[in-house]
Amino acid sequence: MADKPKLAVWKFASCDGCQLTLLDCEDELLAVADAITIANFPEASRAVLDGPYDVSLVEGSITTAHDRERLEAVREQSGLLIAIGACATAGGIQALRNFADVRAFTDMVYAHPEYISTLETSTPLSAHVRVDMELRGCPINKAQLLEVVSALLNGRKPNVPQGSVCIECKMRGTPCIMVAHGTPCLGPVTHAGCGAICPAYNRGCYACFGPMERPNTASLAHHLGALGVADDAVQRLFRTYNASAPEFRREGDRHGGGA
Amino acid sequence: MGSDMPGGDGAPRTIKVDYLARVEGEGAMSIRIRGNALEDVALKIFEPPRFFEGLLRGRAFTEAPDITARICGICPVAYQMSAVHAMEAACGVTVGGALRDLRRLFYCGEWISSHALHIYLLHAPDFLGYPSVVELAKDHPEAAQRGLQLKKAGNEIMNLLGGREIHPINVRVGGFHRAPGRADLSALRATLLRARDLAFETVAWTGTLDFPAFEQDYTFVSLRHPDEYPMNEGRVVSNTGLDIDVAAFEAHFEERHVERSNALHCVMIPDGGSYHVGPMARYANNFDRLPPEVREAARAAGLGPVCTNPFRSITVRAVETLYAVIEALRLIDGYAPPERSAIDVVPTAGTGHAATEAPRGLLYHRYSLDDAGLITGANIVPPTSQNQPMIEDDLRRLVPDWIDKPDDEIQYICEQAIRNYDPCISCATHFLTLHIDRA
Repeated sequence: MADKPKLAVWKFASCDGCQLTLLDCEDELLAVADAITIANFPEASRAVLDGPYDVSLVEGSITTAHDRERLEAVREQSGLLIAIGACATAGGIQALRNFADVRAFTDMVYAHPEYISTLETSTPLSAHVRVDMELRGCPINKAQLLEVVSALLNGRKPNVPQGSVCIECKMRGTPCIMVAHGTPCLGPVTHAGCGAICPAYNRGCYACFGPMERPNTASLAHHLGALGVADDAVQRLFRTYNASAPEFRREGDRHGGGA
Repeated sequence: MGSDMPGGDGAPRTIKVDYLARVEGEGAMSIRIRGNALEDVALKIFEPPRFFEGLLRGRAFTEAPDITARICGICPVAYQMSAVHAMEAACGVTVGGALRDLRRLFYCGEWISSHALHIYLLHAPDFLGYPSVVELAKDHPEAAQRGLQLKKAGNEIMNLLGGREIHPINVRVGGFHRAPGRADLSALRATLLRARDLAFETVAWTGTLDFPAFEQDYTFVSLRHPDEYPMNEGRVVSNTGLDIDVAAFEAHFEERHVERSNALHCVMIPDGGSYHVGPMARYANNFDRLPPEVREAARAAGLGPVCTNPFRSITVRAVETLYAVIEALRLIDGYAPPERSAIDVVPTAGTGHAATEAPRGLLYHRYSLDDAGLITGANIVPPTSQNQPMIEDDLRRLVPDWIDKPDDEIQYICEQAIRNYDPCISCATHFLTLHIDRA
């Protein structure tokens, strides 16, 4: 018992979907729970063990001063800290506030904005603490999560996909929808890992896994324009779940009148 | 977690849970007792605000289903369904036929998965005295497996129709990006037939649990449809005589911002009364819409046509799970693929409203669009905002019966009472929420 690795799961500003991915491993959940000690996972268990923890899976972005302090405490207690999902790796959809006046948002949503305490920005974990590994996606992919857990248990390096979604379309045998049908698609600049679901459903990739390494966003944006996508719509395409990832932020800033 | 023991000088004793477990999102509970009297009960939501209604402004009407799905990873289908129906209402379009059936089937998947998650992984451990399903599984392996396999069946529906179970990618205003073929859906049949057995067993199994004696005279609010158990369509009704079109929702319900919470509290107007949404409300208002075999299973598990003991919500959830499995089978067997996977929706300036039945209860969306189809205003009222005042009412009624017990027992029963509602704090806050000041 004592030699089983201790796992903790933490949540910041997020939808709960990435940690739910662990509970969605219906066939593996009990086996995983047998191999590790689930020491802190409030969504699943009332029992909480004190740290330190061998591995922390951290979901969500940092949007309050209190959460920033809480994240620092998580870092101190964690051997490996793994950021899971677009909120934790890029600030998430709520990072759209980074392009707006957050006070205007508060006034819009709340009758008493003075009750609300929030930071001006939504930022990824890596803006605040050292992060040992990032799992991309909104949400993360279940198979990738299991691969990471399994690799850690076996003392090897996790094997997670690199490259763009285009590679996964080829592997899946999906004809290119941008070439064949002129459907706008962010696959060429988007990090692999989802299994190229959207094009297989006749839909352009909307980049929920964020930018790949060294994406050529300018070339893709030019191509989208040639397909008839208006400039403000090009900006919206880059400003979704990973809007604040540097490569997407820069490309988005070039469109929509430079707003 | 912590408690202050009663002092001899009449000092109040406070029972606090700083981080509620086995709920979706971040919430806390605080109960203050002085002598033998309950002084205060507060459910606090400290999930940080994410301002969805603000960030939707200026986005295209076609983006709302995917963006609002990110409010909640547990019930993304509910957000997608309320969003597409509200957008279609704004644009004067109605989606019928096979596309309508596919949406209902999709929702069945989410009900099955979300309800099984709550019944077995979040709620049952309370009744049987375990901290989580992992420990429960050691003593009750067959129950744990039943729950996981039932949950998986729901996820398989979402996976097939949506591409993935969390934040599915296939829903669009007007229909779907790709409609499945008959053979695709038939592949689910064997899984669902097995799930039907598991769901019948689940209803019976939940009936064997011990329920605290506790009844409330609830105002139940839900959708009601002329001939279906409600999911995507219907009027908003209550067991106290309310019967309105969805477009009139904001004239009858009001969200109030209270200081302790990042979630807005929703009450009925004009009297400011709390009300109950979710499985118990749907069941009470729509018992006559359930097929006979589902009603019979409910009766055999000890439920009447109305259930007013919130601890028995676990059985009501099981009954709805059974219904969703049977309904999914019916929809699959009757499916003929649509000619097109979506109908055209041309944006027009205007406002659209919709409410659908999320697993946790009524989920209302309202959007205003300009003539280019950009969103100029949005209002979203999730079920947990509506249930939050009701949860506090339950705790206020419940605690006095337990006031002589040790703090840890009071805390346990109160946590269980909160979990009766399957609260999704992520949803409730995602608009709101609140905050706690630790200057």
